[in-house]
Amino acid sequence: MKYIDAEQVSKRMGGRIVKNNLLKALFFLATLFGLIVLVVLIYRVVADSVGWIDWDFITGRLSTSAERAGIMGAILGTVWMMAVVAPVTLLLGIGTAIYLELYAKKGKLQAIIQTNISNLAGVPSIVYGILGLTIFVRAMDMGNIILAGGLTLSLLILPIVIVAAQEAIRSVPQYLSEASYGMGATKWQTIKNIILPAALPGILTGAILALSRAIGETAPLTVIGIPALIIPFPEGIFDKFTALPMQIYYWTLDSSLVAEYASLAAATIVVLLILLFVLNSAAIFIRNKFQQRF
Amino acid sequence: MAANSELNKNNAVDVKGMIQKNKQSKSISNVIEKIIPFLLFLFAIISILTTVGIVATLLTETIEFFKRVPIGEFFTGTVLKPLSQNPEFGVLPLINGTIISSLIAMLVAGPIGIMAAIYLSEYASDKVRRVLKPMLEILAGIPTIVYGFFAFTFVTPLIRSIWPEVEATNILSPGIVMGIMIIPMIASLSEDAMNSVPNSMREGALALGATKLETTFKVVIPAALSGIIASFVLGISRAIGETMIVTIASGSSKNFTFDITESMQTMTAYIVEVSGGEAAAGSTIYYSLYAVAMTLFVFTLMMNLLARYVSRKFREEY
Repeated sequence: MKYIDAEQVSKRMGGRIVKNNLLKALFFLATLFGLIVLVVLIYRVVADSVGWIDWDFITGRLSTSAERAGIMGAILGTVWMMAVVAPVTLLLGIGTAIYLELYAKKGKLQAIIQTNISNLAGVPSIVYGILGLTIFVRAMDMGNIILAGGLTLSLLILPIVIVAAQEAIRSVPQYLSEASYGMGATKWQTIKNIILPAALPGILTGAILALSRAIGETAPLTVIGIPALIIPFPEGIFDKFTALPMQIYYWTLDSSLVAEYASLAAATIVVLLILLFVLNSAAIFIRNKFQQRF
Repeated sequence: MAANSELNKNNAVDVKGMIQKNKQSKSISNVIEKIIPFLLFLFAIISILTTVGIVATLLTETIEFFKRVPIGEFFTGTVLKPLSQNPEFGVLPLINGTIISSLIAMLVAGPIGIMAAIYLSEYASDKVRRVLKPMLEILAGIPTIVYGFFAFTFVTPLIRSIWPEVEATNILSPGIVMGIMIIPMIASLSEDAMNSVPNSMREGALALGATKLETTFKVVIPAALSGIIASFVLGISRAIGETMIVTIASGSSKNFTFDITESMQTMTAYIVEVSGGEAAAGSTIYYSLYAVAMTLFVFTLMMNLLARYVSRKFREEY
């Protein structure tokens, strides 16, 4: 007796298998689509910038003349701003994470803070710009200086850093802290000497990724009102400034008036992307090198 | 004997000193133990203060705005002319621009994102997935200003070479580019949802003779639907809040139109335009900034709450 008739099976299955394979190819193409766009985007930007990136461009001052324009001021502005953002977010982010994970009693207050953090992560960046404009620039009367921009971006990335730090702290196994308590250490000693060192690689990885988000952020800075052309280099956090993404924004907008500005924008994008690439590589390096698996 | 007791005496003094010292350092560390939680609590409060700050500033200035422009006029007006002699403040052109650009973005990101998710979760081998997924995530890490540049200098000219009626600044090109930006978000959230469907369910369908495709559409996707819908809603929220791409590539005409070849302004782009200079503090335009920002904030907040509600409420537990 024959239970399976090969001809019957292929007759009934054939169409369905073809359909399966066709759609599999379509799904694969859809996955590739994003990557193809990525390649085109990077190719376009690099091709546009060829001939414009040189030492004079990187170390030069801003100028209305496309040939003489340089972006050192914007680079310094971005670096100074990160000098504000990094310590502020690390301190607040790690502090909040320690409180939520290790001190807060499970209850209403903790739940409110936690929900609030995940809601903050979904607020559009431009709304943070308005907060910064109203509180830091106007109410505190700082003006559009580096400190105001840095604090605004700090608040923007704070939820990301908190969540990353919480996950890192949670992944430190219980037995490490129990051993520390068993030796007579106090809670803060245990946190300081055992939990934080073990969680640090995870925290740093998350913090660096958040920082690279802050570096590329433009919308809040436009709202704060960073002016288009600032010639002197910023020398501290109380100086007025421009930043790399702002420079890209202004040059792109004006490229319909002066065609060379498009190339300047592309060249600045290349510098920005290299900076982000270095930061992300550092994050991946730290994760692979120092992350302990318990 | 005498020497021994002398030694003991010395020892006794030492121990006393040690206890004294220990007590001192204990009392210092006791103080630290008490201060630290309080200090950390203050840090945690900052995130609450941020929310309070956002809501309070938006609310007070919006109320001020509605004293000058009636709330009904704001939400039903189809004309937005903040800078004219007789300024009109209707928000509908901005809401229209926001919805249309988000719709275009989702038409790109939705299908492509979910197809990529299906491929990565159901078809790709582990090796392929481990290469493709991080590469797709690079797309999510590129600053939006770079996408804005790309939309303005590459995608718009490309569209215009095919479809010449499209204007130099239009809503179509930033919509498409915004969609590309959102693909990784939808792909990776949907893939997570599909991955959490247990293998036993797939195996059941495959054992009954279903192809992989049939298994995906009749078993995996229905089971992961809450997560997939949540990823779409989050994508829409992201598109609504996106600023730089539309600001650069869609211009600043406040048209109330459904023609995607024309320039339109979104809520976010209006905020950039108005805050970028001409609005003096205290003027009606200045307050309109906050009214628009409040509308934007409420829109995105509702989307985010909806996403959380969907993924909690309709989650299938296995």
